Amino acid sequence: MYPRSFEYVSPGSLDEATSILASTDGAKVLAGGMSLLPIMKLRLFSPDVLVDIGRIPGLSSIQDQGDHVGVGALVRHADTASDPLIAEHAAALATAASWTGDVQVRNQGTTCGSIAHADIAADQPAAALALGATMVAASANGTREIAASDFFVDTLTTALEPGEILTEIRLPKQGGGSAYEKLGRRGGHTDYAVAGASAWVDLADGAVCCGRVALTGVGPMPTLAEGVMESLIGTDGSDAAVAAASDRALEGVTVLEDLFGTVEYKSHLAKVMTRRALQQAIAAAM
Amino acid sequence: MGGGFGVSTTSVLGGVVKRREDPALIRGTGLYVDDLQLPGMLHAAFVRSPYAHASIESIDASEALAMEGVRAVYTAADVEHLGDLVTQVAVGKLRPLLAGNQVNHVGEAVAMVVADSRYGARDGADAVDVDYEPLDPVIDLKEAASDAALVHEDMASNVLLAWEGGPWGDEEGIAGTKETIAAAKEREDTVTVSMEMVNQRLLPMPMEPRAVVADWNQGYGRFTVHSSTQIPHALAGGIAGTFGLSLTDVRCIAPEVGGGFGCKLNVYNDEILVCFASQQLGSPVKFTETRRDAAGSTIHGRGWVATATVTGTRDGKVLGYELDGIADMGAYSQNFTVAIPFLGLFVGAGQYSFPTYWRMACVHTHTMTTDAYRGAGRPEAAYYLERAIDAFAREIGVDPSEVRRKNYIPASEFPGAATHIGFPMDTGDYENNLDALLETVGYENLKAERDQMRADGRLVGLGLATYVEVCGFGPSALVDLGFSWAAYKIPSGFNGSGLVRIQADGTASVIIGTGPSGQGHQTTWAQIVSQQLGIPVENIRVTHGDTAESPLGIGTFGSRSAAVDGSATYEAANKVAAKAAKLAAHLLEASSEDIVFADGGAHVAGSPDQTVSWSDIATLAYQPHRLPEGMEGGLEAHAVFSPGNATWPFGSHLALVEVDGDTGDVKLLRYVAMDDCGNVINPMIVDGQIHGGLAQGIGQAMFEDGDYESDGNLLKWSFVEYPLPTSADLPSFELHRTVTPTDINPLGVKGIGEAGTIGSAQTVVNAVVDALAPLGVTHVDMPLRPKRVWEAIQAAQTNGSVS
Ligand SMILES: Cc1cc2nc3c(=O)[nH]c(=O)nc-3n(C[C@H](O)[C@H](O)[C@H](O)COP(=O)(O)OP(=O)(O)OC[C@H]3O[C@@H](n4cnc5c(N)ncnc54)[C@H](O)[C@@H]3O)c2cc1C
Repeated sequence: MYPRSFEYVSPGSLDEATSILASTDGAKVLAGGMSLLPIMKLRLFSPDVLVDIGRIPGLSSIQDQGDHVGVGALVRHADTASDPLIAEHAAALATAASWTGDVQVRNQGTTCGSIAHADIAADQPAAALALGATMVAASANGTREIAASDFFVDTLTTALEPGEILTEIRLPKQGGGSAYEKLGRRGGHTDYAVAGASAWVDLADGAVCCGRVALTGVGPMPTLAEGVMESLIGTDGSDAAVAAASDRALEGVTVLEDLFGTVEYKSHLAKVMTRRALQQAIAAAM
Repeated sequence: MGGGFGVSTTSVLGGVVKRREDPALIRGTGLYVDDLQLPGMLHAAFVRSPYAHASIESIDASEALAMEGVRAVYTAADVEHLGDLVTQVAVGKLRPLLAGNQVNHVGEAVAMVVADSRYGARDGADAVDVDYEPLDPVIDLKEAASDAALVHEDMASNVLLAWEGGPWGDEEGIAGTKETIAAAKEREDTVTVSMEMVNQRLLPMPMEPRAVVADWNQGYGRFTVHSSTQIPHALAGGIAGTFGLSLTDVRCIAPEVGGGFGCKLNVYNDEILVCFASQQLGSPVKFTETRRDAAGSTIHGRGWVATATVTGTRDGKVLGYELDGIADMGAYSQNFTVAIPFLGLFVGAGQYSFPTYWRMACVHTHTMTTDAYRGAGRPEAAYYLERAIDAFAREIGVDPSEVRRKNYIPASEFPGAATHIGFPMDTGDYENNLDALLETVGYENLKAERDQMRADGRLVGLGLATYVEVCGFGPSALVDLGFSWAAYKIPSGFNGSGLVRIQADGTASVIIGTGPSGQGHQTTWAQIVSQQLGIPVENIRVTHGDTAESPLGIGTFGSRSAAVDGSATYEAANKVAAKAAKLAAHLLEASSEDIVFADGGAHVAGSPDQTVSWSDIATLAYQPHRLPEGMEGGLEAHAVFSPGNATWPFGSHLALVEVDGDTGDVKLLRYVAMDDCGNVINPMIVDGQIHGGLAQGIGQAMFEDGDYESDGNLLKWSFVEYPLPTSADLPSFELHRTVTPTDINPLGVKGIGEAGTIGSAQTVVNAVVDALAPLGVTHVDMPLRPKRVWEAIQAAQTNGSVS
């Protein structure tokens, strides 16, 4: 519980932060610290320098930016969970944030931190994937946008380069309805997902016209369940259609066993959560 | 009740007095061991075994010793002369202070590093290079009991103790029981239900992990040791014995203790080792457990596998109950280790009168030691019994409340009732308690509601369990049965003590020998003394946990403090009252028999205007020249109390649960407890104890699993892998009580620290099994995590209905 020694810097601007990151070997971004500090205390990970982005101005808001809603790097889970813009355009993310950890964690941890950390059982990455979010990354070389579908690369690994800061995630205002469902490790919705699914669905003329489903907790990283939508698009979104589509949830996913579930159990749960998330998303879209 | 000295008419006992310890704790101004900063203090960290079983080929500390700030690295060779860790019940393999040639569980201490800072100590520990040669571990209990491989090569068997019947052989109380049960099984009109169940290992995980600071004063030849312990006097004695000192040479102080639950009812090797290091280095040395240390190297609880068998007739009369078990002792015996199953045996038949027979094998395995954890043997006993009774009721199709009622020891047998092993019980009225619960919840309606929800397709279940427990230890004469604290230089059994001192200004200091860890003694003890002396609670300060000032006491565990040390304090207060009455009589020119204490002073009965304050009384006491002839100055009294028996609280609990059949997720909808702990000193504190107790029992039922992997690894190092229940996971408990005072102490109190835990795990599991019964499930092992429940549903559905 005592980390190895490290240096701590607290830059006052984004430029300063990116230049420190560019010029310092072994530097790591610190946001809310809810994932980073525990693994440092367990000495599982020992960065030489922590670059605390907490004092950089302009990263703490949720803003209407025309065709999308922007969530800044310092927006806490609690803000994401209770913000009216998120509730309107990205309900799945609000739910996922409201089920992330406990009150203290939600007041301290950041939505962008959760997405940048990309834990295999985290909640908000799945919502970001299902919602088709865009990640904005800043480095000493400038800024680039990364689609959510390209962002999660492997276990605890994202498309962010070492010198990059995730400054914002952008949630498209795309209509339809979205939802997130999970079984938490503690049961109910509490704690990391044993299995979770997020869905965004839109309907046109009484039929499912487009949508995305993403899973968390079951494979090495949050993943889009493309087979599900393939099966669902064009149907009336009835319970039967949803059930049939949910059976394809695991196409292309390598299910991993952990302390909380066997492959068989997680595979089953992934389908149950997909079904439940889809039913809610369709109801919300109607 | 009644002290015979004109007890105050305003009853402080039985009233809600807010916990006086809370303001400091809530504001963060309480002092815990880790808050202590002594000049020149050094810090210790341990190198711990990553293997369950390995030989130690070599230890290279050169890199660590070369690090800046590292003062010393100690290994077994340095401390061998101190012997093994002092242990009360020295049966089986005792723990070496540091592992010698071999490690026998993951987390075993191999070397201690002492450095200027805790970070430096950790860095140093990481730099010690230990070369291990891994060996096959013995983890599975049945394998251990079979002796297929030995845990300790120098022991003939892994079974360090096996017994059947009773603790003292097949004697009184159980003579002929085995035969009676065998005959019942033969009868054609009986049904026998048998189930093997696991009562999994648990990690105590108090909010404050253990911490200790030892300070050796070379000049005075004296240790001052601050430790987060439940047993300061035993710790002082253990240290004195180990280092060849007298009890006056060791002062142990337990300041605020942030939870213990039994895991701080042990003297630990780290407590001895920091003393050693302080002596060697001439500086105070602190060791504070990390959560990881706490998980792997502080004692664990439970860890039984056993088969429970009930035989009875179809009308619900039980003719025999048997338990065949193996209990996991871990690699080494510590304070009580091998005695824990005996504590279970005492209540092995619960509140029932049927013949009961236990067989138990206590085995070593390559795991951390098990010892007393909240309930200690009694939750295990109650779990097996009440699960089996429920299964029997289901099998014969009789309501579980009816089967219980039919088999209770009737209230008419008290006083004089005894357990199945012939141990006398104090008071009990089990049927009344069960009836009170059933009436409170509207049992018949509740069953109808459950049936309606079932008809709507929901998996809803009702669970009932009742318990009797034994606590409030206890009689001094236990010494004669071999239960003494002599290993810690304490010759006593389990008697208690209290000292009441009236200060010169008329306020009272109450100094007690127990070592509370959150039980609210500063509040309840003040209530007891206030009741007897009429001194307001605000003017009474209760101190504890410092062996230099407290009278000898055993500690806070086994729900014993109020019943034993509380009674001692009550008697001490009465002694003070007797003398104070004489002083007041002198001042008031009245007869001491007519003196009544109330409202912060004393007055003559019937003349409330003729009054003196406690300050007047104290002033007289400390001015001996004004005293009447023959009276001594001063106003304080010490009492030692040895009850004639332990106490036997009981209760009935009910849970309503719903299972999500798609996921196996269990939701606890309602939890209702009807407990009987005799008289209640402070209802709020009693409720608090039940709240925590229930949370721990429900924690075992639904969340916690401290079992090792088959390779001896323990994958539960933090709250990520070892989820404890939080308030958010639990329903709002519905608490009620019946009151059946005990007759073995003057307060009529029994003890409530462990009852909630003892009564609850089986209540929840019975409810879940009830919910799943329509699917054919008859048993699910704890914890009822969704995965396990779902798998049980799958298995039942594949196998068709289970017999
Ligand atoms: C008790 C507890 C319970 C939890 N329960 C859950 C749960 O139920 N579900 C769940 O999903 N999570 C849970 N978490 C995890 C936690 O909520 C998130 O992982 C965490 O909040 C991440 O955000 P942060 O701001 O704290 O990131 P930090 O811990 O500061 O950083 C995490 C990682 O992301 C990187 N990082 C952070 N922000 C950025 C950025 N803007 N740009 C680039 N890199 C960045 C850091 O360098 C680091 O590698 C829990 C955590 C705790 C302590």
